[in-house]
Amino acid sequence: MISVKELRRSFGPIVAVDGISFDVEKGQVLGLLGPNGAGKTTAMRMLACFLKPDSGTATICGQDILKNPVEVRRTLGYLAENSPAYNEMTVGSFLDFVCDVRQIKGGDRKKALDRVVPMCSVESVYHQTIETLSKGYRRRVGLAQALIHDPDVLILDEPTDGLDPNQKHEVRELINSMAKDKCIIVSTHILEEVEAVCSRTIIISRGRILVDSTPKELKEEYKCSLDEVFRKITKTKVA
Amino acid sequence: MHSFWAVFKRELKSYFTTPIAYVFLVIFLFFSGYLTFKQGFFEMRQADMRAFFMNLPLLFVFMVPSAAMRLWAEERRVGSIELLFTLPITVTQAVLGKFFAAWLFLAIALVLTFPMPITVCYLGNPDIGLIITGYLGSLLMAGGFLAIGCFFSVVSKNQVISFVLSVVACAVLVFAGRPTTLNYLSTFFPAGFVSAIETMSFQTHFESIQKGVLEFKDLSYFVLLIVGWIAASSIVLDERKAS
Repeated sequence: MISVKELRRSFGPIVAVDGISFDVEKGQVLGLLGPNGAGKTTAMRMLACFLKPDSGTATICGQDILKNPVEVRRTLGYLAENSPAYNEMTVGSFLDFVCDVRQIKGGDRKKALDRVVPMCSVESVYHQTIETLSKGYRRRVGLAQALIHDPDVLILDEPTDGLDPNQKHEVRELINSMAKDKCIIVSTHILEEVEAVCSRTIIISRGRILVDSTPKELKEEYKCSLDEVFRKITKTKVA
Repeated sequence: MHSFWAVFKRELKSYFTTPIAYVFLVIFLFFSGYLTFKQGFFEMRQADMRAFFMNLPLLFVFMVPSAAMRLWAEERRVGSIELLFTLPITVTQAVLGKFFAAWLFLAIALVLTFPMPITVCYLGNPDIGLIITGYLGSLLMAGGFLAIGCFFSVVSKNQVISFVLSVVACAVLVFAGRPTTLNYLSTFFPAGFVSAIETMSFQTHFESIQKGVLEFKDLSYFVLLIVGWIAASSIVLDERKAS
């Protein structure tokens, strides 16, 4: 469902993403792993059509990110890093705005809200303004926003960053429950998360793909914990 | 189209869910009234709104950029721009949605000056047509200032910078048409150049609409100005949204 071909993007002299290619199928949860500044966020922003790649392209659900960016965004659920939102809005009016943009109206809107609000457990803060929310609730509102149109493809940039252990567990459960019939990309640098949710993992560093494998195979190949695998790969292969 | 409306609705609401709208309206209404009476509204002994409209360009130079500065600067600073442009919205739809929301907000501010025409009507028999064209001219001028403010809000993430830049740009366009400036310029520039500057100024076109004459050249001036600055905002925003 996602097919990335030679995606490349640089900011001035810094090459953030250096020609990455991969495919993700339905039912897969791909963990995008890498040290800080590896190019995970840039890659995801390009897939969500927020940034334009310098070269290369990608298709999501058959739509090209360069030719049909609006169509791509329509089929995509995207949670950005730090889950940006309009701080002065209440959670309810914020979700209404997203429904407006995504053309979810009338009965469908009620159904979508009834599904997504309990799913992301934001009932208790539904009438609160977003600026008063804790980081965890903000993240959940971001998730609700990304899931409201029940997208086939989900791109989540560090969905559990800054959450407490309970919240982390909930978000992982949520991802697992959706894994079967969606195509999900999760970026993270928390390795236990990869083991908990991902069926496949790509390790990138300095914009290049170093490893494309499954967490299980990696552990078997290197015969150590994922932590050590990660260190070995990102430290030795880059140098 | 629905994306345009969604952005429009959200933006207009956001003026009123934050104190911006109320602070803006109170200050605008106070000064528009204060300056009118200070200019000698009663002393003129004429039932018209010249004293009111005369001060609007100067008031708008400060007020409109203050309503426009947050449009994109805030969005980029908070990062919500990433949310906005990963929803199915094009840059043009978003820019237009925000622009028209802010324009409607300014229109509301103008509508709220209704006690002024009522006072004039109570005191005498004013030319209603003149008042209507005066308001129309003011609305167009507000749109022009707003388009400029919108552009500078795209240019800088910092609201203060975008405010100062748009005040300067608007002031230049207003003062370029004032007689003092034109007299000064005509001492060393050829007449053709001076009249070119005059026709580029807000003041000239606003005054001629205010006189009750709706000429194509004045309307097209404002329309071109708005379209031009809005198009520039879209292009620059498309380039800089992620930076």
